[in-house]
Amino acid sequence: MTGMISAGAPGSTDTTYFARAERKEALSFALLAVPGLVVIGLLLIVPVGWLFVLSFIGKDGGVSLENYARLAQPVYVITFVTTFQIAGIVTVGSILLGYPVAYLLSQLSPRAAAICMIFVILPFWTSVLVRTYAWLVLLQRRGLINSWLVSLGIINEPIPLVNNFIGTTIGMLHVLLPFMILPLYSSMKTIDTDYLKAASSCGASPMRAFWDVFFPLSRPGLFAGTVLVFILSLGFYLTPALLGGGRVSMWSMQIATNVSTYSNWGAASALGVLLLVVTIAILAALNKVFRVDKLYGGR
Amino acid sequence: MKVPVSIRGLSKKFGSFEALKDINLDIAPGEFVTLLGPSGSGKTTLLQVLAGFVTPTSGSILVAGEELLTKPPHQREIGLVFQNYALFPHMNVFENVAYPLKLRRLSRSEIEIRVRGALDMVRLSQFIDRSVDKLSGGQKQRVALARAIVFEPRILLMDESLSALDKKLREQMQIELRHLHERLHTTTVFVTHDQREALTMSDRIAVINNGALIQFDTPRAIYDRPRTRFVADFVGETTFLPVELGTGGGASVFGTPLRLPDHAGASAANSRESWLALRPEKLAIGPVVGPEAEVNSFSAVARETIFQGDSLLVIAGFADGQNIAVRLVPQEANRGLVPTPGQPIHINVHRNDSILVSGDV
Repeated sequence: MTGMISAGAPGSTDTTYFARAERKEALSFALLAVPGLVVIGLLLIVPVGWLFVLSFIGKDGGVSLENYARLAQPVYVITFVTTFQIAGIVTVGSILLGYPVAYLLSQLSPRAAAICMIFVILPFWTSVLVRTYAWLVLLQRRGLINSWLVSLGIINEPIPLVNNFIGTTIGMLHVLLPFMILPLYSSMKTIDTDYLKAASSCGASPMRAFWDVFFPLSRPGLFAGTVLVFILSLGFYLTPALLGGGRVSMWSMQIATNVSTYSNWGAASALGVLLLVVTIAILAALNKVFRVDKLYGGR
Repeated sequence: MKVPVSIRGLSKKFGSFEALKDINLDIAPGEFVTLLGPSGSGKTTLLQVLAGFVTPTSGSILVAGEELLTKPPHQREIGLVFQNYALFPHMNVFENVAYPLKLRRLSRSEIEIRVRGALDMVRLSQFIDRSVDKLSGGQKQRVALARAIVFEPRILLMDESLSALDKKLREQMQIELRHLHERLHTTTVFVTHDQREALTMSDRIAVINNGALIQFDTPRAIYDRPRTRFVADFVGETTFLPVELGTGGGASVFGTPLRLPDHAGASAANSRESWLALRPEKLAIGPVVGPEAEVNSFSAVARETIFQGDSLLVIAGFADGQNIAVRLVPQEANRGLVPTPGQPIHINVHRNDSILVSGDV
């Protein structure tokens, strides 16, 4: 480095040396981002761009909107509605089930929390396929749950719990629950207990303190969890395919059918592009509702 | 609101660890009391018991004759100011200060008036619409204070509330808090480990160590007549000289009989060991005194002098090797009273400044 310092009066360094050092620093930061940019570019931007182009190419090879026109057919409209229904129910369900769990974990001692966290993460390490088949065993007509319910006298006949909407929802809820709990937990961990003590000294009952202080401060985690679960639900394939028993048709399954059965890449691309656009729109809308930018702003 | 607080036989055990040992403390209505002690002494535990976040093992706290310990924290009407401010980050200044009033279902106009009043009191009314994360540390502390006093609590608790501020601001806030207390006269319990802060602000100081109350007295009494070696050591700078207690009740240091103040501590004389506690600023380097003077005089050798801006510290050594610090103010230094290293000197202290303390903690 000393070689770069221009020879001048002792103790005086040419200002161009500093300017050069600054440029070099900026460049090395830019270089750090290159591997990431290459991966995103090759694996995300290029394929999505390609799908986007494909979706505008008709059967005859010319530019056309016929792939999008097809989406107005009743079968696609029904699938679209079903997909959002399931994603919505799974998201709400995972909030209702996940929020109390995350709250409990955040209030436990670090040791107890670490042990309980294993039970949240353990399913994460098990294959989705295995877990989905496990639900099939539990939920089927002569499965564990139905036989218990019958022998307890709660129901007379086994009720259909699988190969339908219910089974799909239960299976997806189970698979996606950690995606709700983990961001909620990490967000709740950062809430200083002094805030709750402060609220209580102001005169807030534990319930009031929770709704006035704890809940608003956990919103970033709730937002992250909601977005993760909702978006993963929209594109879910394996669980609905196995637990839906062909009666539940989700968007991803229509894409798969178009590609594997009909080899219609144009139609599949149009479905994919529509899903992407709708997902981004929902993300923007959720951001407005939760006002996450305001929560993070200035901090 | 002025209420008396009476803490009776309060103990707290965490497993086998005794965080509080039989604390008895009577706080007068409207008094400003500081709990002073090193970290881990139990002062914060005592504050948490008052606030309701820690349940004691035994004891009682009466506020205006009414038992406090059976009430949940949110019904205690206690204002609390934290060290880290604990302002709600999702509320602005107005919403933070208005929160206790909203919980009390006051009308909107009443809330507006009282929030402005509280913010005026901490000189922060121009920041009423600010987001709290755009405030400086000192401003946050004032908002926290406004939030704690706006609902006119029966007791105000402050937990190391100023220690996150830098020195200048902290000293300024100490005076302001003192003035605020003179206006409101809310019974206040302030927790700190900073002895100067305690001396500056309090009506009375409760010195706490190892979970026990050591001494509860006015700042002047704590400083001038500490009862134990711990108190003398923790509050102010002190040199301790070992005291030999004679059979006739007399005390001597290095074989020289001591002249003691009339109130000389009986507790120190009864204790197994006792010490002469000497404050550097109460010592003088002086001429040899006659036996009639009310002064104790010790021979020592000057070792070094340290310039400290507003004063000059002379370190001298006794024959047995122990060092003693003598603080000279600039006037004395200018009069040529500064000894050179190696010079034999006499260190004089008036008998009223010769404090006997027991060796107990």
